[in-house]
Amino acid sequence: MMMEVRLYILQRLSAVVMAPLVIVHLMTILYAVRGGLSAEEILARTEGVTIWTVFYGIFVLAVSVHAPLGMRKILVEWAGVSRAWAGRLALLFFAGLIFAGGRAVLAVAGVLT
Amino acid sequence: MAQNNEDMLTVRVWRGADEGEFQSFRVPSRENQTVLDVVTEIQRRQDPGLSYRFACRVGVCGSCAMTVNGRARWTCRTHIRSLSGGPITIEPLANMPRIRDLACDMTGFFDKWGKAGNDFTSARSRQDTPAQVDPLSPQRKQADAAIECINCGVCHASCDVVKWNDEYLGPAALNRAWSLVNDERHTEKKTTLEAALGPGGCSNCHSQGNCMAACPVGLSPTRSIAGLKKMSLLAMIGIE
Amino acid sequence: MIRRTDTPRQTAGYIAFALHRLSGLALAVFLPFHFLVLGLAIEGEARLNEVLTWTEQPLVKFAEWGLVVLLTLHLILGVRVLLLEWAPWQGHLRSGWISGGIILALLTGAGFILGVM
Repeated sequence: MMMEVRLYILQRLSAVVMAPLVIVHLMTILYAVRGGLSAEEILARTEGVTIWTVFYGIFVLAVSVHAPLGMRKILVEWAGVSRAWAGRLALLFFAGLIFAGGRAVLAVAGVLT
Repeated sequence: MAQNNEDMLTVRVWRGADEGEFQSFRVPSRENQTVLDVVTEIQRRQDPGLSYRFACRVGVCGSCAMTVNGRARWTCRTHIRSLSGGPITIEPLANMPRIRDLACDMTGFFDKWGKAGNDFTSARSRQDTPAQVDPLSPQRKQADAAIECINCGVCHASCDVVKWNDEYLGPAALNRAWSLVNDERHTEKKTTLEAALGPGGCSNCHSQGNCMAACPVGLSPTRSIAGLKKMSLLAMIGIE
Repeated sequence: MIRRTDTPRQTAGYIAFALHRLSGLALAVFLPFHFLVLGLAIEGEARLNEVLTWTEQPLVKFAEWGLVVLLTLHLILGVRVLLLEWAPWQGHLRSGWISGGIILALLTGAGFILGVM
């Protein structure tokens, strides 16, 4: 029982964490897209600015949990994948997102070059 | 009663088991007629070999549930004139194996009912006085909102998740589990809750609400399952 | 997609579920690409700008518009699910959130288009 309950709570929790982050993200997108996107503009906003690093860091963590858990259900319900394999694939997806997302956060923070 | 073509209904009835086909019948259209009346007329006057279930025929037992024009319903409570015109299609309830014609195998449905921890256990025996349960207590109100289920299987047949995930216990089983965990007499609440929160349990529900739209008794398994979900958080942090 | 002759079609609850799941699926597919593009900042501004210039194409802008709409929709339909499961039961499935969500998503999309033009 406990695993299913934990995963269910994690899914809802990651959603609650992300709701305000998504709102801020959408507002940022609508603002940033004006006059075209440019690396200079994006990096000027994010490089060395702790609040953005923390913001996107939490965002990446939350979405890396949330998206694979959603995919897990789709795999079982619509793709006929077994629960065991759906769980493994979800875990893989989680690892990939954490890695690529964490890398992206550090990249735009100017920490990695 | 005059029986020209306009007074006849075309009815497509499933024949066979999981493998089978529809067979068409023509039945006189009458002023007051339910789908069960139509099925009965076919079996009595046209094909005695047609298999179907019914019992009370007055809308209290749930035995006559079938799929009518794509929706699970009690056929004794479905008036022909409430259906959109054209041929009427009648099949067994969905999400359960077909035994013969309009009868489906409900063994799996009752198995899942059991697997949801739905054995009521009491600390009292027949020698004890009856339990005094306040009908207005919040717990009892929750239980009462879910208690009228008669296991007709209509919600189970209507649930997409039941169709997609054969481990899912389904709305009826979980609705019953909810009524039991709110029953102050039930001594095995923890067992019931564990079953309802397990892999086949309430976390599989996506709140689509097919069950509450279909329930002929007006119950809302969606609501009961939401209640179970809330309890899952408490269960996780160790409060029962 | 899935043959559904035996469940009530097009109930509000099903529409909400379908939109929520499909938008989530689209976003999940998009996400790895999003992270990889942003990760190009490691290779310097010029490299990132190369890709950002590529995104100026109308077809890509249309896809971006779609993602903005789907993200907004997924958020609002997700909040609806949270309310259904955790807020006091209201006796109905909060279907107002569905049309409200679609409208707000399209409005956000309009805001995106205005910004892009």
